[in-house]
Amino acid sequence: MVSSDNTLATTIQETTGQYPTARSAADIRKDFPILSRQVHGKPLVYLDSTASSQKPYSVIEAMSAYYETINANVHRGVYEISEEATAKMEKARVKVARFINARQSKQIIFTRNTTESINLVAYSWGNSNISAGDVIVLTEMEHHSNLVPWQLLAQRTGARLEFIPITDEGLLRLDIYEQLLRQQPKLVAFTHMSNVLGTINPVQQMVAQAHAAGATVLVDAAQSVPHMPVDVQALDVDFLCFSSHKMLGPTGIGVLYGKRELLEAMPPFMGGGDMIRTVGLRQSTWNDLPWKFEAGTPSIAEAVGLGAAIDYLNELGMANVRQHEQEITAYAMEQLQAVAELTIYGPHASQRGGVVSFTLGDIHPHDLASILDQEVGVAIRAGHHCAQPLMERFGLAATARASFYVYTIPEDIDVLVQGLHKALQIFNL
Amino acid sequence: MSMDYREYILDHYRHPRNYGKLEHPDAHAEDSNPLCGDQLAMDLQVEGDRVTAVRFQGRGCAISQATASMLSEMIEGRTVEEVVRLGKDDVLDALGIPISPARMKCAFLSLRVLHRSLALAGLEKPPADDDDDDE
Repeated sequence: MVSSDNTLATTIQETTGQYPTARSAADIRKDFPILSRQVHGKPLVYLDSTASSQKPYSVIEAMSAYYETINANVHRGVYEISEEATAKMEKARVKVARFINARQSKQIIFTRNTTESINLVAYSWGNSNISAGDVIVLTEMEHHSNLVPWQLLAQRTGARLEFIPITDEGLLRLDIYEQLLRQQPKLVAFTHMSNVLGTINPVQQMVAQAHAAGATVLVDAAQSVPHMPVDVQALDVDFLCFSSHKMLGPTGIGVLYGKRELLEAMPPFMGGGDMIRTVGLRQSTWNDLPWKFEAGTPSIAEAVGLGAAIDYLNELGMANVRQHEQEITAYAMEQLQAVAELTIYGPHASQRGGVVSFTLGDIHPHDLASILDQEVGVAIRAGHHCAQPLMERFGLAATARASFYVYTIPEDIDVLVQGLHKALQIFNL
Repeated sequence: MSMDYREYILDHYRHPRNYGKLEHPDAHAEDSNPLCGDQLAMDLQVEGDRVTAVRFQGRGCAISQATASMLSEMIEGRTVEEVVRLGKDDVLDALGIPISPARMKCAFLSLRVLHRSLALAGLEKPPADDDDDDE
């Protein structure tokens, strides 16, 4: 899996002609103003990038500059600043397309976030392609956002949901996946990378198998696009969904990538302004891609911010981003394993992204998160991580989760470990 | 504000009082905290105007589970009228430590379950909105 990622990275670097040299995380940190603030009188140690990433100056400034100099509604004004705003937003779309190597920028639909992207497909594609008795294959490691929309679709249509189970290590049971494909599912939807276990799934292989069985494939890439090179053509996915706020960009904008023939054939998701060609009192006709799916005034400043985030990530080089996360994750797992009473969930460091879920003795993760926040200024996530079925699978109500990104340094991990020792002390363990 | 996990809170967390359930409860309710998955179920036995037995079961953080244990001690033997009047301040007094805003829902989970059980048993008026923890 890791080797195929590396191959992908090489391909992208070759096609774009970029070979960025790696910047150190310590240097990168200087670009993120929030990382110099304090919490409870201690320097903030931010280990919750899987929930949402921090933003570099370049993103914040791009959005401010947009509001200060360009702000106007898009796709309607014939005056200069509206044309500039439209051009800025459409340029961001092109950046997104290139970032994931989409063939055309019209295959990039702006949504609010990954959740909305998945819901768009579940309603628009799902309602016209899924009927009673059809099989939809999901996995036991899905975030609620890639589970509940399909439950709703199954309720609307009478389709049947099937699930690929996972091993104790947190890897998909691909042998059972093969069996499920014999039921000729209409759709296979799964996450590229688990937000709880960090497991990176073999997308390319799973997509090829699904296609051979005649299924359409949606990949939840909320955790992969920010952290590793992703090439939609190489992976051959039909739909791919991700969010800006997890990749250094602003909240309020997400992406749906789709194969053109699928998107062309799909009816609109939401109706309103911008998505129409002509409107009568009783009937309307639809705009072209991608605007057919973008009803109402879009998140323009956010699109500009996402564009700036992609520029920033491209300068770092996504292969470098992945490399750094592999190193920091391996370091974190080694340090955490040395802490008494600590249990780590999920696969070996080589098969995961920058996410480590764990429990510490009988300390509930929420108590642990409170202690880490107050005692050492460490921000981690505690709870079910919007993946309740996965937690059930491991017999857990909650875990603590530390997650890493381009600005995470080994010292952050060391402070986390100090905090864990304090928690053990407080709980007399 | 610094939450301080005192010894007695950890004692209630690890050795909850009145843990379990009643065979034939006169009042029962359960609830969970969707944010963090804390779960709690409570059974009351009522004889005349008094709560004569309490049992609770749950899983969750030290704050939610210790509070439930402390609340159960506060209830047992009290009149229904007294129990109906128990509010958030009583719970915070019993905890005796500052609770950060994010953890208020944990602290008040058992209180909500208690009042819900009394309301379901017709022993108190249902709260207008028993999910309202906004301060």
